[in-house]
Amino acid sequence: MTEPRRGHLKILLGYAAGVGKTYRMLDEAQELRRQNVDVVIGYFEPHARKDTIAKAEGLEIVPRRKVEYRGAIFEEMDTDAILERHPQVCVVDEFAHTNVPGSPRSKRWEDVELLLDNGIDVLTNMNVQHLESLNDHIWQVTGIRVRETIPDWVMKQASEVVLIDLTPQALLNRLQRGAVYPPDKVERALQNFFKESTLVALRELALRQTAHEVDVRQPDVFQTDVAGGATPPTPSFSAPDVEIRDRLLIYITPDPSSAALIRRAKRVADYLKADCFAVSIEGQSSRHSLPPADREAIERHLNFARNLHIETRMLPGADVAKTLADFARLHQVTQIFLARPRRGFFPLTPDLVLRVVRLARDIQVTIVAERRRSTKLS
Amino acid sequence: MEVEKHTVNTPLHRPDPDQLLRQVQAEEECERRGRLKVFLGYASGVGKSFRMLDEGRRRSERGEDVVVGAIQAKISPEVEALLAKLEVIPLRDCDGLKVMDLPAIFRRRPGICLVDGLAYDNPPGLRNSKRWQDVEELLSCGISVITAVNLQFIEEKQQQVEAITGKHVAETVPESFLRTADEIEVVDAPPEVAAHRGVDAERELSRQHRLSELREIALLLAADIVDRQLEAYIARHGIEQLWGAQERILVCITPRASAARMIESGRRNVERFHGELFAGYVGQPHLSAEDQQALERNLQLARTAGAQVEILEGENFVDTILRFAREHGITQIFAGHSPGGGLWTRLFGSPVDRLIRRADGIDIHLFPH
Repeated sequence: MTEPRRGHLKILLGYAAGVGKTYRMLDEAQELRRQNVDVVIGYFEPHARKDTIAKAEGLEIVPRRKVEYRGAIFEEMDTDAILERHPQVCVVDEFAHTNVPGSPRSKRWEDVELLLDNGIDVLTNMNVQHLESLNDHIWQVTGIRVRETIPDWVMKQASEVVLIDLTPQALLNRLQRGAVYPPDKVERALQNFFKESTLVALRELALRQTAHEVDVRQPDVFQTDVAGGATPPTPSFSAPDVEIRDRLLIYITPDPSSAALIRRAKRVADYLKADCFAVSIEGQSSRHSLPPADREAIERHLNFARNLHIETRMLPGADVAKTLADFARLHQVTQIFLARPRRGFFPLTPDLVLRVVRLARDIQVTIVAERRRSTKLS
Repeated sequence: MEVEKHTVNTPLHRPDPDQLLRQVQAEEECERRGRLKVFLGYASGVGKSFRMLDEGRRRSERGEDVVVGAIQAKISPEVEALLAKLEVIPLRDCDGLKVMDLPAIFRRRPGICLVDGLAYDNPPGLRNSKRWQDVEELLSCGISVITAVNLQFIEEKQQQVEAITGKHVAETVPESFLRTADEIEVVDAPPEVAAHRGVDAERELSRQHRLSELREIALLLAADIVDRQLEAYIARHGIEQLWGAQERILVCITPRASAARMIESGRRNVERFHGELFAGYVGQPHLSAEDQQALERNLQLARTAGAQVEILEGENFVDTILRFAREHGITQIFAGHSPGGGLWTRLFGSPVDRLIRRADGIDIHLFPH
């Protein structure tokens, strides 16, 4: 038996509610239907918006599944029913959604994975702030800690990422006209998320992220050209780099700053097209002295790194700096990523950072400081 | 790029009187002027005209006074259907060439005028040689304009675009005009796949490649304009620290040899991140002639790498660097360090140590000397 072809994933990327993601998604679905493509709606959230509801007219909808949780009934996408129906293309709203506890999978993107695995193409949408690696940055800019996140690799495997752009001014007009939220919610939205500065900053992120997604999806023209003997396209911007492949190593501790460190390093690795590892180090003799809470925290951080598709190791070693530097050298690491040591712990720097720097010799060391909230925002 | 002067001494929260005056003038100007909105596409056929007209339709349905001032000769059926719902002021014939009928638009005096093909040239003999200048005139008379333009027509991007497409276009719009827009919106769509049988696979692949490159440039151009808008917003509202998503790398320059590696690494990272590169040198007294020479060499290297080079004055290296970094929204500082250090350093901390401790929200990237 041959493996079924994996479905294509297309993501419409926005930066806030109301920029028109759902509308555009349904618009594309209608276009597909006109071209006689077998398309169904797996899930869509009408948000009581007239235009959006009208756009869904005539499209087949797979009924949602009812899930009971703590006495209340919730509706989720019925992935099994979609698999049963097996359309060519399935339209799925709100990619970053977290399913109600008791659902077969905890995240909607995991449901989508299943559809893709079974050869169904998926058209979905999300906002840029749901991307895991941007979590700290978003918090810094907006003051909002986004809880529903999608690992970056999930977006990486999309065959297309398309920006749904709308200027913040136009979005604010829409909001004030009541086209996004019901009137009673508008005032609160304007005071929280929908501040102009926040929207401008998020929009810039969405533009840059889309540019990055386009960049990493560049078809590899050179390879074919070498085979085909055609002339390569004129190199742009600057002379091509001598390809130095970076290898990043992240040092994980029980400290909560590890999460931000992992996200930041992973983001840098993605942009540099670098390999990325994460390690924790535990002294053998003090094995039993590590408090269970710390051990648990390390486990949690390593797990988080693995979810972002970072290779992890637990290294034994009494001397952290030396173990780290030795491992780095052995694995041809080019950059070591450390979290900034906590302030006020010692009058002098706990010399881990400086020792790593000294032992690492020719390896670069990056110290990631926690992102702090901007003090004044209007 | 023009180097900002003495930025270190003029923090954002204390604008000088001239700046305030300019702001007030700018704000008054805004009130009289019409608003400019631009739809930016990376290639023809992405749907700019449609989006522009669709916005016109929606505004007109909401009761705004909208007319179409100029539309392209070749239009799709969808665009045609939209046009039927809008009032059109026909192009005027001028020596066999079609031009926007400015006098007729002024007579009609709409609230909003839709202008397609922003980059068109007018034939000689007209007051304005370019259509974007016509638009400028409409704006200055208080008529708002919604327009659409293709990346390849933006003057400053032409070289880059030509290198990709191999095509030269004569008609252009200066990027500075685009930057005066109140709103700029990207019309994004992945390049359509030419899936017909018989399409040469290799040529198709390289076409896709070219289009992707153009798409990326258009997105980054828009991001850049948005970033400047954010900066302007910050300046207007006196917010101290709010920076966009742009990565900004500051390389600390010294006479040391490691500076060259830091600059090269910085250049490479900035290229990957599509960020900005800065190089800062904090003046040190009593440099030997040899060090002075090495320093000059390193500063020149930084300039060649496209860095904005700043000579900073300050008693204290760490304070000076961090102040500059804060004021410029730096996200990564590249610094060299020497291993070792004596008892004094161990007791009071090395500069690198202090840099690490105090660099809130900035990554410190250390290079061995």
